[in-house]
Amino acid sequence: MNTNFSLAELMICAASEVWRHNGEVLANGIGPGPRLAASIAKLTHSPELMMTDSEARLIEEPVPLGPKSGPLAGYTPKYSGNADFSRIFDIVWRGQRHVMIGPTQVDQYGQTNLSCVGSYEKPKTAILGVRGLPGNSINHKNSFFMPNHSKRSFVSGEVDMVSGAGYNPKRWPNEHYPIGMELNTIITNLCVMNFGGENRAIQVISLHPGVTFDQVQSETGFNLAKSTEICETPAPTKEQLEIIQYLDPHQFRNSIIKGNPPGSAKSA
Amino acid sequence: MMNKVNTTTEAIGLIKDGMTIGVGGWGPRRKPMALVREILRSSLKDLTVVTYGGPDAGLLCAAGKVKELIYGFVSLDAIPLEAHWRKAREAGGFKAVELDEGMLHWGLRAAGMRLPFLPTRCGLGTDVLKHANIKTIESPYDDRETLVAMPALRLDVALIHVTRADRLGNTQTLGADPFFDDLFARAADATIVSCDELVDRMDQAYSADADKNLFERSLVKSVVHTPCGAHPTISAPNYGWDMSHLKEYSGFAEHDDGYKQYYQAYIDGGEAAYLEKNGGVEKINKLALPAF
Repeated sequence: MNTNFSLAELMICAASEVWRHNGEVLANGIGPGPRLAASIAKLTHSPELMMTDSEARLIEEPVPLGPKSGPLAGYTPKYSGNADFSRIFDIVWRGQRHVMIGPTQVDQYGQTNLSCVGSYEKPKTAILGVRGLPGNSINHKNSFFMPNHSKRSFVSGEVDMVSGAGYNPKRWPNEHYPIGMELNTIITNLCVMNFGGENRAIQVISLHPGVTFDQVQSETGFNLAKSTEICETPAPTKEQLEIIQYLDPHQFRNSIIKGNPPGSAKSA
Repeated sequence: MMNKVNTTTEAIGLIKDGMTIGVGGWGPRRKPMALVREILRSSLKDLTVVTYGGPDAGLLCAAGKVKELIYGFVSLDAIPLEAHWRKAREAGGFKAVELDEGMLHWGLRAAGMRLPFLPTRCGLGTDVLKHANIKTIESPYDDRETLVAMPALRLDVALIHVTRADRLGNTQTLGADPFFDDLFARAADATIVSCDELVDRMDQAYSADADKNLFERSLVKSVVHTPCGAHPTISAPNYGWDMSHLKEYSGFAEHDDGYKQYYQAYIDGGEAAYLEKNGGVEKINKLALPAF
C-alpha cells in the first residue's frame, strides 16, 4: 500500500468517488480540493462528466490549477462549449449538476450556512452571502468538502442561517422534497459520510486511516449514524496521485488543511 | 446627431437620494468603479443597492451610502471575504437582503419583463424567504406545487461598465462572461454606461463585433468615457484585476477610520488622480488577466 500521501490527497481521492455513475452531469468542484476531485473523476472512471475551466467555458480535458506560468508555462486550455454564469443557472435549474462546496457550517439535516455566524441582523461574523446555495441545494446533487471537522463546522441544532436547504422535516411538510433535491456525500479530514441513515440521517461510511468512530462523534455537534458496512477510506492509487501532481504543480492542495498532515499514520 | 455622452458628475446627477440602483458585473469583475467612486464623492445617501457584490458593495456600504443592500454575495474572489463590507455588515450598518444568486437573476428578469414576480423553487426550505420577506405561491395547475414568488427587482438606475460604447448608447462587452448586465439594464428606468473606449459610431468602428452587444441603446440614458473605469476589477480583455490594490484596499479595513483613509488616499482627488496613483492608464492596461 502506498503510504506516501497527504491527508488532503486522501480527501481529494475519496471525494472523486461522488461523481461515479452520475452520467453526463456538470461536475462542479468549488475550490482546489473539490476541483481536483472532479478532475480525477473525469480523467479516470467517468469521462462522460462535463466540466468547466472554472471561469466561463466548458472543457473536455481538466485544466491544471492556477497561473499558467512556471511548470504550466505555455499551457492553453481548449474549449468545447459555453459555461458563463447564465448557462450555469440553466444547468442548475435543469438539475444536471453535482456540485461540491465547502460551507462554513453543516447541521444534522445537511442544511448549510455560507451567510453569517450569529444573528442575521447584526452578525458576529459575516461570511460571503448565501451565494447559489439555496438553488443548488434543491435542484441537483450536492456534496460537501470539509477540511476542518469540528463542532464549529458540524453544529448542533440548526446552522445559524439556513443558506442551503436540507432534510429538515419541519421545513418540508410531509417530507415532500423538491424534484431533483439530493444531498449526497460529505468528505471531511476525518471520514466520509452520506445521508443513508434512518430518515436520511447523516451516517459515517468510511474512516480515514487511524481515525475511530468515537473520535468523529466527539468532534460532531449532533449524533451520527454508523453504516453497517463502515470501512477504512481507501488510500489514493499511484495513478490518482500522478493526476493530482499533473493538475496541481503549484501545490495549492498543500494549503487545504493546516500544516498539510500526512494521510496515513504509517507515514507520519 | 443624438449624443448621450456625459461627464461622470453629470451622469451620477441622475441619481437621487433614496433611489434603488443596480450595479452590473460580478464580484471583482467588470464593476463600474469610476461611477461608484463618483457616488462616493457625492452627497448621495439612503440608496438601495442591488448587486452581485465586489468592491462596489464594500465601498458604498463603508461610506454609509447604503440603506438596503440586495445581493447574492459580496466577495473579492481571490480574497474571499470583502473586509469593508464585512465590517459594515457586522456593525448592522444597513438592511441586508441576501438572496440566492439565481433569485436575484429572476427578480431582475421579472422587472425587465414588467411582471410582479417570477416563480422558482430557489429559496424553498431556507432562511432566505424569512429574512427577505418573500412569499410563496401555489401552482394553479394539477401539480399544486408550492413555489417561491420572486418579486421584481425594479431599479431606478443601473450602472454598467462595458468595453466600448458610442455616442448613441450602443455598447459592446468583450469579456468571456456577460454576467447579468443585460438584466440590470432591462430592469432599470435609466442605465448609465461607463466604457473603456468611446467611439462616435459603433456601426462604423466595430461592425464585426455586433454580437458583443448585450442590450440595446434605448435602455441607455448616459454614456461616460472612463478609461480603466473598472479598476481595480477585471475588464477583460483589456486588463485584469489589480490584486496589489485590492490587497491594500482590504488592509485599510483593519483601521477604525479605514474607509476614510482609503477615500483620502485614492478617491478624494478625482478620477484622473486615482488612475495616476495606480500607475496610470498604460500600466493598468497591462495588468494580466487572472488564470484559474
